[in-house]
Amino acid sequence: MSGPAGTLKIRDPGPVTTVQDAGRLTARRWGVPVAGTLVPDWLFLANALVGNGEEAAGLEFWLTGPRFTVETDAVLLAVGGPAEMKVEGAEGARSVPPWTATRAERGDKVGVGRVGSGTTAVLAVSGGIDTRPVLGSRATYTRAALGGLDGRALRPGDDLPLGTQGSAEPLALGDPPIDQDDPIRVVLGPQDDHFQPEALEAFLNGQYTVTDMVDRMGMRLDGPALAHRVPELAQIASDGSVPGAVQVPGNGQPIVLLADAQTVGGYPKIATVISADLPRLARLAPGEMVRFVAVGVSEAEEHYRRKIASLRALMKQAKPTWLASGLDLRCLYAANLISGMVDMTRPDHFPGNVS
Amino acid sequence: MPRFLSLGDRAFTVEFAPDINAKARVAVTRLDTAIAATREDGGLEAVIDVVPTFRSLTVHYDPLVAGRAEIEAAIATLTDSPENAPAPELGLWTFPVLYGGEGGPDLPRLAEAAGITEARAIDLHASTEVEVYMLGFQPGFAFMGDIDAALRQPRLTEPRIRVPAGSVAVADRLTAVYPWESPGGWHLIGRSPIRFFDAAQTRPSLLSPSDRVTFEPVAAKRYAEIEAALQAGELQSESFRRTA
Repeated sequence: MSGPAGTLKIRDPGPVTTVQDAGRLTARRWGVPVAGTLVPDWLFLANALVGNGEEAAGLEFWLTGPRFTVETDAVLLAVGGPAEMKVEGAEGARSVPPWTATRAERGDKVGVGRVGSGTTAVLAVSGGIDTRPVLGSRATYTRAALGGLDGRALRPGDDLPLGTQGSAEPLALGDPPIDQDDPIRVVLGPQDDHFQPEALEAFLNGQYTVTDMVDRMGMRLDGPALAHRVPELAQIASDGSVPGAVQVPGNGQPIVLLADAQTVGGYPKIATVISADLPRLARLAPGEMVRFVAVGVSEAEEHYRRKIASLRALMKQAKPTWLASGLDLRCLYAANLISGMVDMTRPDHFPGNVS
Repeated sequence: MPRFLSLGDRAFTVEFAPDINAKARVAVTRLDTAIAATREDGGLEAVIDVVPTFRSLTVHYDPLVAGRAEIEAAIATLTDSPENAPAPELGLWTFPVLYGGEGGPDLPRLAEAAGITEARAIDLHASTEVEVYMLGFQPGFAFMGDIDAALRQPRLTEPRIRVPAGSVAVADRLTAVYPWESPGGWHLIGRSPIRFFDAAQTRPSLLSPSDRVTFEPVAAKRYAEIEAALQAGELQSESFRRTA
């Protein structure tokens, strides 16, 4: 189905939907935040299910997904995260579960539903969302109107340009990734020495609740207050910061910085959430509980390498959607057209024919 | 010797001092330059970005390429012999500012607190050459200092919800021009028409750390002319570079 790229016409973007990729990693020197998706692991998987490389941009949505019309001959779509997708076409409507790529045709109306647990999920589109890269990334950073579609969240009527369509088959994950309930792992520092020993103990043994003060920039937690050694140490001469840094202002309540975090900050950072666990924390909903546990830097690096390896391993087990779902004849026909190996109109060509 | 502070598994901070001081700034600039030179020669390939601040330097790296221990060891050798680092290329700038009025509502209060006239406050702010200590807070937002001691006031206890883009502001020993509209707690003393950030450029920020800046008071009419020329493309932000 190689062909000219088209668009997705947004009918209803949902509460907040932005174009995001893995983020803008090399312009922090100029004060430009990373941005990028809060759930890079899920975008990686959803991209792979529609045949995209890991650098492709998709749509990240908060609470509810977008509704749009397909304005190109055919695209593959896959939701990364706990949200159903409905596709209404000439042949009726169908529901598509999460972690399952499906083919949608020109004129099909697609609606991505509510995020079942947590707050954030992603939609990958074959060819990727092809807005103009800015400083090496398509990630939307709304505060400075950078990247994405005019640097802002999507609006009704927007036309989202798509990249060139390849010939990938839609894939589905047999076993969707499951977030464990384990404590969130952190590396202590850079300013752990600004806190009383009891504060470090409270941070690592206490339980924190995600408050409703959460956006792409940061997540305020509520729990045992973390006292600085002296009040003056509640502020520092700004130094470098990262998504995952746990900063603690004077009131002692931690704030975990997320994708849109500023590149430098003036509050002491007691610890930094490790890369392998940050997406799991970032998608928690207000009211959910968090515990922290400390690990060393080299251990954290190893967890990150293992996480990347496990995502790749998970994709190795992905199956063509028609095989995984069994009953999706529409996908079955489409797969046949591509492969040319079997022809559904001739029963003798159907491998494993049991009739 | 600097301290190496952990900042997760993809970054660490090389800290030269816990507070802002001239010696630490020199050390930061030297190390920044040395790292840039090493990367240009193909070294430190796991390093993807470097963010210098007043007193430290944060190294962002890709742990899939190399781990912290290896990168830290390589950078420690650069801090051992910083005098070998080539001197950084200094950018010198003079930016026009329309002081006071609508764009500088805090100027009268600042002058009064210092016990000087507004004209004197403007003169002190414009003529004191300041250095770009670091970029951050917003894309292209340059923290510059030190301003004249008479103009130093702690930041507002109640930050403004909306500070317009182009606002020239001071707080404590620092001054800055907001490249973007945002909330802000600094004292607003004027407005500049210069565009400090352009994402279309490979180096998107007009200012770099260590650049030196002075300001030139302009009247409303001249300000409008410069603004129009910039918008029409007849004048570039680069035109405000000066030679020694």
